[in-house]
Amino acid sequence: MDLMKLTAVQLSEKIRAGEIRVAEAVQAALDAIEEKDQTINAFITVDREGALKAAEEIQKKIDAGELTGPLAGVPVAVKDNICTKGLKTTCASKILYNFVPTYNAEVIENLRRAGMVVVGKTNMDEFAMGSTTETSYFGVTRNPRNPEHVPGGSSGGSCAAVGAGEVLCALGSDTGGSIRQPSSFCGVTGLKPTYGAVSRYGLIAYGSSLDQIGPVARDVRDCAALFSVIASHDRKDSTSVELEDYDFMGALKDDVSGLKVGIPNEYFGEGLDPQVKERVLHAAGLLEQKGAQVEHFDLGMLEYAIPAYYVIASAEASSNLERFDGVKYGFRAEEYRGLHDMYKETRSQGFGPEVKRRIMLGSFVLSSGYYDAYYLKALRTKALIKKSFDQAFAKYDVILAPAAPTAAPKLGESLSDPLAMYLGDIYTVSVNLAGLPGISVPCGSTGEGLPVGVQILADCFKEKTILQAAYTLEQALRKEEQHG
Amino acid sequence: MAEKITDETIDYVGILAKLKLSEQEREDAKADMQKMLDYIDKLNELDTAGVEPMTHVFPVKNVFREDVVVNGDDREQMLANAPEQRDGQYQVPKTVE
Repeated sequence: MDLMKLTAVQLSEKIRAGEIRVAEAVQAALDAIEEKDQTINAFITVDREGALKAAEEIQKKIDAGELTGPLAGVPVAVKDNICTKGLKTTCASKILYNFVPTYNAEVIENLRRAGMVVVGKTNMDEFAMGSTTETSYFGVTRNPRNPEHVPGGSSGGSCAAVGAGEVLCALGSDTGGSIRQPSSFCGVTGLKPTYGAVSRYGLIAYGSSLDQIGPVARDVRDCAALFSVIASHDRKDSTSVELEDYDFMGALKDDVSGLKVGIPNEYFGEGLDPQVKERVLHAAGLLEQKGAQVEHFDLGMLEYAIPAYYVIASAEASSNLERFDGVKYGFRAEEYRGLHDMYKETRSQGFGPEVKRRIMLGSFVLSSGYYDAYYLKALRTKALIKKSFDQAFAKYDVILAPAAPTAAPKLGESLSDPLAMYLGDIYTVSVNLAGLPGISVPCGSTGEGLPVGVQILADCFKEKTILQAAYTLEQALRKEEQHG
Repeated sequence: MAEKITDETIDYVGILAKLKLSEQEREDAKADMQKMLDYIDKLNELDTAGVEPMTHVFPVKNVFREDVVVNGDDREQMLANAPEQRDGQYQVPKTVE
């Protein structure tokens, strides 16, 4: 039996039934990584020894009946901006190339408590800034469906690892679409939770008011299971929100009868690839056949989301990344004249071009004289974007939209024109600005065989509504596939 | 029209961002930043008079907890990450002559 063909939930069932040992499952993932990562390069660090050791400990707890959760014993990959105690965490940057955290992020503690095994750390755009995973200091990651194409980003390593079958599930982070867009490009399912649903403690910050950790998996059930594991109220994250309950598996019902689905007209305008449009509208049609009420409407504000996002995200990044100065961790320049020059040399040599670009833009929009015109203006725009979603969710239970305007571009085509690359985030960034949850579910492929994802969004803390709609859609697509 | 990005602006931003730029990087930064600001100018189409700037989507309040130490003494491991250390402390270049 090829263990890497199972879903994470199925694998754990077999482990808990005693049919498979945790160490076998971990070994299967390590073997798959060794074989496939030569092409894909989804991992920056593989923790063979640590994973096999953890497997033994978890096996004992499963045997003793102490670990009974739906993902106990399952190997998982973690994006390299999430701190793992004793395991290198680089943010795919030269400036943190050798950083070994002394503590675990809260989500890592949650994985451990659920009996999951971290097998390695995945590649990403440097400090999560980028949409292609090409800005990584550790080389590009390739799309599992076609290695000539990018996996998307910034959680490209996590999504490619799941898409390639190197692991069954992974953690990513999403600041402006960094889980949903690569999920769409790699043909996997990825959820960006409501801001505050998952602790950010130990997530190396990019845009703190936008960042959120979320699950990447092969299907909606695995995604719901992993989300149930990582969502928690954490007093160490002052923006953490206590939820009513943390079991999202119960939401997996094949039923959308009466569900009100809104399709924003603006999301289907200029710039959207016709093949992507066709797949997304096809998904809407399937939900309608299942009894949902689908309606097209004007959401508004879409064209202002990207400028507002880049002002806010860059501003927060310029502040968050000030701590990288060559004193406490990571890279330090070899030659410098005095302390201040050491900071400058270290940062200039340690950061890549995209990170520098955003730090400079952020420093500018926060500087005196420009703060009101740019930063405060962006925050006021954010309030208006939030309001437009509030109005939409007064009428609709979910919003259906593309995750990205196109399927995955070819390697090397995106970085030369930053602004054009930023425009690719048009369907995802508003969700972060408004703090909303959103999922990307595979809904077919283009004629070239590249995956296409559909985004399902809902109001804050309505992850269950999203998961139920996504699950129903997934069932309908599977049925369609079976009947050819 | 957006603010014109001059050499002085780039110098100033370089100081704020603690970055040293090569000639080429300066020219690229100038062009990139100009392009972004021209684009961001789009926000001026919006009438935001009377709209409160929204930093967080939910009301943020102070989160208090008891002042109890829960983490261990990780000094050795933390210092192990430092590019240079001496006598249990981070070592930096001489700061005062």
